[in-house]
Order: sequence, then C-alpha cells, then structure tokens
Amino acid sequence: MTKLLDHLLSLRAEGRKLLVPYLMAGVPQRDSYGPALVACSEDADAVEVGLPYSDPLMDGPVIASAGERAIRDGIGPIEALELTAGLGGSAPLIAMTYYNPIYRVGERAFCARASRAGVTGLIVPDLPLEESAGIRNAAREHGLAWITLVAPTSPPHRVEAIAKTATGFVYAVSTLGVTGARDELSAVASKVVARCRDATDLPVLVGLGVSNPEQAGAAASVADGVVIGSAVVKLVLERGAEGAASFLAEVRGALDALQG
Amino acid sequence: MTVASDQVRQATGRFGEFGGRYVPEALMSALIELEQAWQEARSDAAFGTRLDGLLADVVGRPTPLYLAERFSERAGCRVLLKREDLAHTGAHKINNTLGQVLLATRMGKRRIIAETGAGQHGVATATAAAFFGLPCVVYMGAVDMARQQLNVVRMRMLGAEVVGVEAGSATLKDAINEALRDWVTNVEDTHYVIGSVVGPHPYPALVGDLQAIIGTEARAQVLELEGGLPDEVVACVGGGSNAIGLFRGFYDDDVRLIGVEAAGEGLDKRHGASITAGTQGVLHGALSLVLQDDEGLITHPHSISAGLDYPGVGPEHAWLASTGRAIYESATDEEAVKAFRVLAATEGIVPALEPAHALAHVLRDGAGKGLVLVGLSGRGDKDVAAVAESLAL
Ligand SMILES: Cc1ncc(COP(=O)(O)O)c(C=O)c1O
Repeated sequence: MTKLLDHLLSLRAEGRKLLVPYLMAGVPQRDSYGPALVACSEDADAVEVGLPYSDPLMDGPVIASAGERAIRDGIGPIEALELTAGLGGSAPLIAMTYYNPIYRVGERAFCARASRAGVTGLIVPDLPLEESAGIRNAAREHGLAWITLVAPTSPPHRVEAIAKTATGFVYAVSTLGVTGARDELSAVASKVVARCRDATDLPVLVGLGVSNPEQAGAAASVADGVVIGSAVVKLVLERGAEGAASFLAEVRGALDALQG
Repeated sequence: MTVASDQVRQATGRFGEFGGRYVPEALMSALIELEQAWQEARSDAAFGTRLDGLLADVVGRPTPLYLAERFSERAGCRVLLKREDLAHTGAHKINNTLGQVLLATRMGKRRIIAETGAGQHGVATATAAAFFGLPCVVYMGAVDMARQQLNVVRMRMLGAEVVGVEAGSATLKDAINEALRDWVTNVEDTHYVIGSVVGPHPYPALVGDLQAIIGTEARAQVLELEGGLPDEVVACVGGGSNAIGLFRGFYDDDVRLIGVEAAGEGLDKRHGASITAGTQGVLHGALSLVLQDDEGLITHPHSISAGLDYPGVGPEHAWLASTGRAIYESATDEEAVKAFRVLAATEGIVPALEPAHALAHVLRDGAGKGLVLVGLSGRGDKDVAAVAESLAL
C-alpha cells in the first residue's frame, strides 16, 4: 500500500472527511509560494501541487493563467518540483501535471525527481487508462500513489477498470468541463461518486467546481472528501496565503460538521 | 487501403510508435464512439455514395491536375499542380469538413465546433455546418484573426460564431486547446471537427482517410496526363492533412515524398518545423514530434502562414519520417513569399502562403528533378494583405 493511501485510509477510519486543496507551484511568486503551501497545509489532509504547463487543456481561466504566470517567472514543471522540495507543509504532497513534461524527462526519471521533492502521489489529467501503464509502473517503483480520474461520461465498465489501477484515491470529476468555480455543485456528482463506490473501496474525492464550504459539505456528504482548486488559487493570488488558509479553515469546519 | 491506415486501424491507434490517445478521461467515450462510427460509416455503401455526391456537387471534385509550364521553366523541372485551390471555399479543408459533419449528423450530434489557423478550416467547417443546418463555433487565435481577417468575415457570414483566443501564442495551438476545452464541456451533443491529421485517435486516421481523395485523384490524373508516375510528390506540412491526403496515393509507388515545413525566420530562430527541428512529445492528444524545451513546455512557433504556424505535426508524418518513407524539408517566410509571387506572375494563380512553401522548395531544389507533383492546397486571397505588408507594397 502506498504511503498516501495509508494516510488517507486512517483519516477516513477516524470519520474525517478529506480536504485536498490545489495550489499552483510558484504562485503567487517564487518566494511566496512556500509560505502559501505551508499555510494551506494547515487544515488539509493532502495538498495537490499543480506543475505549470504551457498547454493546460483541462484547466479553466484561473488555473491556466496562474500557470502562465509561473512560466513567465521562469518556473517550468521540473523547476517547480525543485522549488517544492523541502518546503514540507504538514500534509502529504500530490503533484498534478500534464503528461508531456513526464514524457520529456522520462517516466522513471520524473518519478525519481518527484519523490525526491517530497511528492507522494501523481495526478495526470491527460493520461487515460489505456496510456498509463508505463507511468503506473514507474510510480510504484518510487512509492508514488497513482490517482485516477473518473468522468461523468465514464461508463461503469471503464470506472471499474480505472478504479482498479488507483493506488491513492479516485478523483470523481463532478461535472463535464474544465477547472473553475461553479455556482452550484452539479447533480451529476453524486452519480459519479456512486459509480466509483460500486467499483472500489478506495477513498473517493469529488473535484472540479467545488468553490465554497456549502458545496464542499454537500459533496463530502456523498464522497470521502473534496479537492478544491480554482477557488483556492484565486484566493492565494488575491488575498495571499492567509486569505486562502482562512477559507480552507471554513471549509474544514463545514466538513467536520458532517461528522455530527 | 494504404499501409499507414491499415496500421492505425489496429486497436492501438498508432502509426508505428506515434499517435495514441492522450486525453482527459471525459473525452474517452466520445473518441471510442467516433472511432466506431467511422468504422461503420466507411464500410457503409450508402454513406460513401452520399459523400461522393457531396464532393462532386458541393466541392466540385475532381479538382484539376494542371501542368504549370511557365513555372516549370523557373523551377527547372516539370511541375504539375494538384489544384485544391479550386475546391469550394478555396482549400482542401472542405474534403474533411463535409465528411466529418456528415458523420456527425449520422451520430446524432447537434452542434459543431472547430479550431482554425489560417481560417480555411474554419470557413470549410462553417460551410459544412451551414449546409447541414447545424450551429457552429470556431476558435481562432487573436494573432490569426488579425492576419486572416477575410476569413473571419467569411465565417461570420456563413453563420458561425468566431471566438478569439488570447492565451499562449494566440495562434493555432491555442485555438485547438480552447476547442478541446469546449469539447470536454459539451461532449455529449457536440462534434469537434479537427482540421488536420492531428489530435487523439481516431482523428489522424479519420482526417487522413477523408483527405486521401487528393492522392487517389492525383495518381490517376498524372497517369493519364503523363503516362507515368511523378518522380517526386511535394506538399506543405502544417498539421499535415493536405500532405497526407496527397502522399497516401503514392505510398506503395517508387516515388519520393517530400513534406515542406515552415522555417519561419530561419531554423536557428523562430519557426514551425516540428519534424526538421523538433523532438518527440505529446501535444493535443497524440505522441508525435513537437517543438518544446527541456522541461516539456511547448514553445511558441512562428510562420508567416497561419496554417503552418504550429509546434506539432500529425503522427502519420512522424512515422513516415522515422521510417524514411517521406523526407522533410523547410522553407522560410521569405522564400515562401517569393514563391507566392513567382506562381502569381508565371501562371496567374495566387496561392495560399501555406503551399507557397512547397513551391519554394521546388524553386530552390527542383532543377533536374524530372516530373514533380505539387499539392496546391489552397488559394491566396486570404493572404494578399499579409504579403503586401511583408513586401511593403
Ligand atoms: C491552404 C492551406 N494549406 C495547408 C494548410 C496546413 O494544414 P495541413 O498541413 O493540415 O494541410 C492550411 C491550414 O490552414 C491551409 O489553409
């Protein structure tokens, strides 16, 4: 079992709902990224770190422009890993990266670097089941958890096959579309979660569009937790580390209230 | 059926090691559905008859094969032009869009989206969508909207909504990203008409199949006109659809196949030559050759021609290059503009800047090459302003 999975399972066993905020590496700036990461780790059970990429086709405007900003500051995806090494907040780190940087440096070399940077899991949103065998092996060799995405358009037989390959958690994509805050959490979310539950006992987290404590609570009432991306990135940029951290504290409150 | 399309038809969706399907899970079901729908349609005689009818009546096929006598004198070889510039809407792009929109209606899709660089694919998609009565949204980089103004207006007149894209280099690559974002959001009722032999499987195979008519016609025409095959077949390569269409007619023949990429300001400066100067990487859902840095960031390309201003290339070309079946050359902005003027002055044909790159290669390298068939993929009305500006006319 991967370290990340072990960690998440023991939290779930305590009845805790899982909170995974997403930050863009190198944002707001090279120097202020570390403090933001530490502050956002406070109430988090894991932190997803996005590696800046030139062509982030799963990302909406907030995350895409945060990535562009990092790249303008000279922080590419590999540089971002170096920058993350040793920052160590209290929560385990998960790297979210598009596939080309992995392909470019090599699957094994990438996993080795990620592991050295303190990363414990990987999310690669443009690498579907059929193309993922190589990176899954490399991740296993380096003790990295593999996190799989399930979409509203994934039929049950795919969900089953995808869930089988997960060694961290299953990321239930709550709605069709790219990252970005939504006013309402889609009704589709609970259907996707139910499909994942049928296929696996691993933690199932809802992500894409979760933007406030109420939505987080609603999502976590059917799932094991939530991933919150654009809303956090926006706050980090607009109100700095403290702004994002106090938002996450509110979300934490909403999640803890579910335990009742 | 040609070697390459047989290869890709295996479940892997690859040409040799190139191609594949590097896309978000949300698109996988749609791509599998599209693959199956195309398998069925291409073996359905009624579909074939309908498409052939459209290609004849709407596009005006077959397009002529034309002996360019005065241009030949300049080039030092006998130059035949496959006149895709005379296809309806002025480029080869319509072969693909009519086929794909016909397929989309068969699949019950109710909305069409596309990206465009030069605007020719956008115009061709808007035309096909208008023909079938479907709403159409076209994504186009802001830089391209400025340099291909004429086509922006044409698309709007055809009823399409043109959405400008400011991200990245604000050119073709970024327009494809935005079209893919739309598709991820609206995949259930929308068909994405990709404009070249790029993208995740089955697109490179599908677009290649629909463009293969260029090579099929050209081979028969050259045999009839000249009583033999050409020594060389030359076409420009952006994503690579007109070149694949033409090349596929000659895979099994003893004929040199030459793709010409955009060398832009020069291969040591900004350019769009992904095969000549790129490395293996994944862009827009396929493993191919791309322009990128050491960390795998895609770099900003440059070409005076919007249709070749792209940092990747279709996987079938990467495969042809790796096997040596085709060879790849490049031509600079300056050479292309010069060839544009030579064709206009010697033949009275104003070519698009994209195929002007193929013509530039022939002017530079054609002497003594015997019989050379060039894909004249489109006409140059859209480029008149850009050429005038570059020459300060
Ligand atoms: C006339 C013409 N030729 C060539 C191209 C390049 O595309 P491809 O390489 O797919 O043929 C374009 C693209 O816009 C075009 O308009």
